[in-house]
Amino acid sequence: MAIKRARLMLFLLAAVIAVQWSSAGGAAEPSGSKIYQTGKLKPIDSQSHLKVGDKAPDFTLPSIEGEKVSLRQYHGKKNVVISFVPAAWTPVCTGQWPGYNIAKEMFDKNEAILIGITEDNIPTLFAWTEEMGGLWFPVLSDFWPHGKVAGSYGVLRSDGTSERAIFIIDKNGTIRYIDVHDINERPRLEVLITELEKLRN
Amino acid sequence: MRKTCFLILLMLVVFASSPVGLANCLAAAEPPVEGGRLPEINLPVPDNAEEKKYLGLDQESFFRIPQIKADVVIVEMFSMYCPHCQKEAPIVNKLYQAIQNSPALNGKIKIIGIGGGNTPYEVKLFKDRYKIPFALFPDADFSIHQLVGEVRTPYFIAVKINSDGSHRVIYSKLGGFGDPDDFLELIVKKSGLMEGE
Repeated sequence: MAIKRARLMLFLLAAVIAVQWSSAGGAAEPSGSKIYQTGKLKPIDSQSHLKVGDKAPDFTLPSIEGEKVSLRQYHGKKNVVISFVPAAWTPVCTGQWPGYNIAKEMFDKNEAILIGITEDNIPTLFAWTEEMGGLWFPVLSDFWPHGKVAGSYGVLRSDGTSERAIFIIDKNGTIRYIDVHDINERPRLEVLITELEKLRN
Repeated sequence: MRKTCFLILLMLVVFASSPVGLANCLAAAEPPVEGGRLPEINLPVPDNAEEKKYLGLDQESFFRIPQIKADVVIVEMFSMYCPHCQKEAPIVNKLYQAIQNSPALNGKIKIIGIGGGNTPYEVKLFKDRYKIPFALFPDADFSIHQLVGEVRTPYFIAVKINSDGSHRVIYSKLGGFGDPDDFLELIVKKSGLMEGE
């Protein structure tokens, strides 16, 4: 009888703890979160052949606005920051471009345009950036031919996503800064802005 | 013997059922729970004299949240990279103004923000962009973020500070708080701030 009672109490104890743990964990999850958790990934999964001082490979890609955007259209007019991010609806990427979205003034000050590129298709990119509340800079799809531009910059990963990489290209079309970042971490904004400021000197 | 076993088990169940019970002790890095305490968070005393005055700090280098001169402190865990935090920023400013404009609450309820994963540069950009009047603290290495259970953002925690320096969490929730006046009313109610007046 006593053993039965003890078992019952242990069962109750376990149930209460389980409920407490699950409710505590639940508080950390946003209701209706649409972000796919990738877990920790191989930090870098490509080898870029490009280096600072090289001519930046030209490209023309479709944007979510429906137009085509080419690198050469900024030649002689704007410095260009290309931000490759691995994939829509993933954790770090979703928390990278919205930061750039409130830093437009910093890009303007340095006569720079930001171009965001992923390997996702246009409808996916459209839905994802709408969820962010819209972005001021062009967002381009390198979906087809798949990863052609990421490949030309040497940042296409073996799973068809791209690295989390930043290229700064001056008005002459020369690469002035490359950061192929650990895919699991967000690059610091001030590093990017400091590199842009160097172009003014 | 049987009676003792039964009593011990019963106490364990009661303890585990309480919001500050066993689950919390075992899971140290869970978000703060209402009725519980904040983890020990050390923040740098702001260089900005106005911010330091607002917080009523006597400390020179670091301080803990319950050392802020207030009856209630609302802590916003945010990130400048988080679009939801960006949307929430003007609403939090309205909350700040509502507190400042209330003779009964001015000085009693204070707000701070902690930018999880944000550098001082990123926090300053956020503060300037949204003209945030209260102190924001960078947490570049996510160390504070980890102490509060790696919550998603924005996440609001309200703490009641007692006259003896002790404190208890009275609100701990993910997401925007909605209407600032309603939220303020809720915080006043939960803190018992106006009771007996």
